[in-house]
Amino acid sequence: MNVGRRIAATWLLFGSCAVLACLLAPLVGSTRISFWRVFDSSVPFTENTDAQIFFVARLPRVLAAAIVGSALAASGVVLQALLRNPLATPFTLGVSAGAALGAMLALTLNLSSGIAGFSAVPLASFAGSLGAVAIVYALARARHRGLSTNVLLLAGVTLNSFFSALILFVQFLSDFTQTFRTVRWLMGDLDVSSYVPLMAAAPPIALSFGAFAVLPRSMNLLSVSDENAATRGVDVHRTQRLAFLSASLATGAAVSLGGPVGFIGIVVPHLVRLMVGADHRLVLPAAAFGGAAFLVACDTVSRTALAPLEIPVGVVTAIIGGPFFLWLLIRSR
Amino acid sequence: MAAHTKSLILAALLGFVVPLCVESPLAQTPPQRIISIIPSTTEMLFAMGAGPRVVGVGNFDRYPPEAGTRTKVGGLVDPDVERILSLRPDLVVMYGTQTDLRTQMNRAGIPIFLYRHAGLADITTTIRQLGVRVGSVKESTVLADRIEADIADVKRRVAGRPRPRTLLVFGRDAETLRGIYASGGIGFLHDMLEAAGGVNVFADIKRESIQTTSELAVARAPEVIVEIGIDTASTSARNLRAWDALPSIPAVRTKRIYELRGDGMMNPGPRISASVRRMAEVLHRDAFTGSDPRTGGGLQGLGRTATSDPRTSTGVRPR
Repeated sequence: MNVGRRIAATWLLFGSCAVLACLLAPLVGSTRISFWRVFDSSVPFTENTDAQIFFVARLPRVLAAAIVGSALAASGVVLQALLRNPLATPFTLGVSAGAALGAMLALTLNLSSGIAGFSAVPLASFAGSLGAVAIVYALARARHRGLSTNVLLLAGVTLNSFFSALILFVQFLSDFTQTFRTVRWLMGDLDVSSYVPLMAAAPPIALSFGAFAVLPRSMNLLSVSDENAATRGVDVHRTQRLAFLSASLATGAAVSLGGPVGFIGIVVPHLVRLMVGADHRLVLPAAAFGGAAFLVACDTVSRTALAPLEIPVGVVTAIIGGPFFLWLLIRSR
Repeated sequence: MAAHTKSLILAALLGFVVPLCVESPLAQTPPQRIISIIPSTTEMLFAMGAGPRVVGVGNFDRYPPEAGTRTKVGGLVDPDVERILSLRPDLVVMYGTQTDLRTQMNRAGIPIFLYRHAGLADITTTIRQLGVRVGSVKESTVLADRIEADIADVKRRVAGRPRPRTLLVFGRDAETLRGIYASGGIGFLHDMLEAAGGVNVFADIKRESIQTTSELAVARAPEVIVEIGIDTASTSARNLRAWDALPSIPAVRTKRIYELRGDGMMNPGPRISASVRRMAEVLHRDAFTGSDPRTGGGLQGLGRTATSDPRTSTGVRPR
């Protein structure tokens, strides 16, 4: 099969998985609703409980899961290629710690008023992630022509620890209820309850995905070595910069939407590599769609397994994803 | 022989009595340097007149204002043992889960008072036991009796009225319906709601608190939503308007969403009966209007209280 057909097959297969997950997930939840009543136009929306559960509670949540899952998985692929490190995740370079610090401060200082209809916690977490990206980027560019991936990695990991310490310090100073809320935020929560947070997160993620679209060919060459890529006409510095900034932007927006949902950024890229191979033209779309389907599925489990109680989605992704990934790893060897 | 027996009996008696004599002053003499780490017991001690003997309080103890003048000795999870010891207390009042602190106090030979609260009824039980322990039996009994009578009065007023299905929220992200924490079917918040004449929509979930989703909030169809919080800064009307996204909730349709603010609302201490009353006043407005000289009656009266002392009172904000 030639590459073009394989790419088309990947888009079709993984794309339909993601679409199917998004269509099926809103149909189940902690409450039993009637699908026909949801679309029953004879009942006004304000009185139609089933329609409100479907359109206000579930659909935005499923879409949030799809967006967050997709952004984190695709960012994982890009950063693993950029750093040539299979252990890299969207959270390796300090983006999530910056976001967490921002969210923590907003929760602890009880910031209530947002800007332009967007609430304070997501805004603060997005600002925190951008701050972390700016610091890491400045460090990696200082005294280097272009970006030094080594400095990027070391600065990112160090910044992660530094921000984690600041987070603990903020938590230590805050009271009991606030601490509980911040710990809960760290476990990820996709119950967005409105379309506004989705619209806030969509533009930066769309921008990043636009950048991801032009990256795969260069990433294939970069993942061998910088020299290899350079000799084949890749503008290495430009590609690295684009990869780092777009992946960080997508991660920051995803974390501000759903919290730092762990595991997706590492397990989904490796999972799809086991299925489609290492070509980034296949891996990137497969991971983007696969990440969406995976997080939508995990969130459905989180909503229904112990209903009416809810398991934090970050716990579900790790509990389901971990053993499944290990099983695939053993089977493929 | 008889004299020898007598002296033996005397020696034996002394052997028992002497340690009792040494022990008894410790047990009987009211403690003079008390440390209380949890806001509710600090408040109890001040309310039963033992405030002048309190030398140290927890970091979060802000009521009564006088408590703020005492040395801060940490909190529930991070008590400052060094500072506690340096205050040379003769009684440390602590919560049942503070096992490390308990061990350290035992090692240092400092008497402790342990308590646990599982529900509303435990509050007055603790007040009475604490009163006995600190030698303020009469005052604590009066206090506990007054609280129980006040709660009984609220129960009597709301008895026989239709009990609205109520969602009791104690935490939520500002201006959105994210991160909603509500009272489950056990604990003092649940008991308060029941005493105030409401039916908890999450009564079936046997947990003190649950994080609820917007789906559950719609599915449980509360007729009233009561949001309580410790921060006295009243939030914007925009904050409560977040609920408008779910108009099928009866409470949203009928605009029965209330905000009760003030640190007394979530504090299982002596102000609990006032909190129960405030909750009852929003659930059953008719049962209270213009009838009680103590609060001025009804919501209007509460509004006045809120302006006179924002620290202690509850701002009521019906929409």
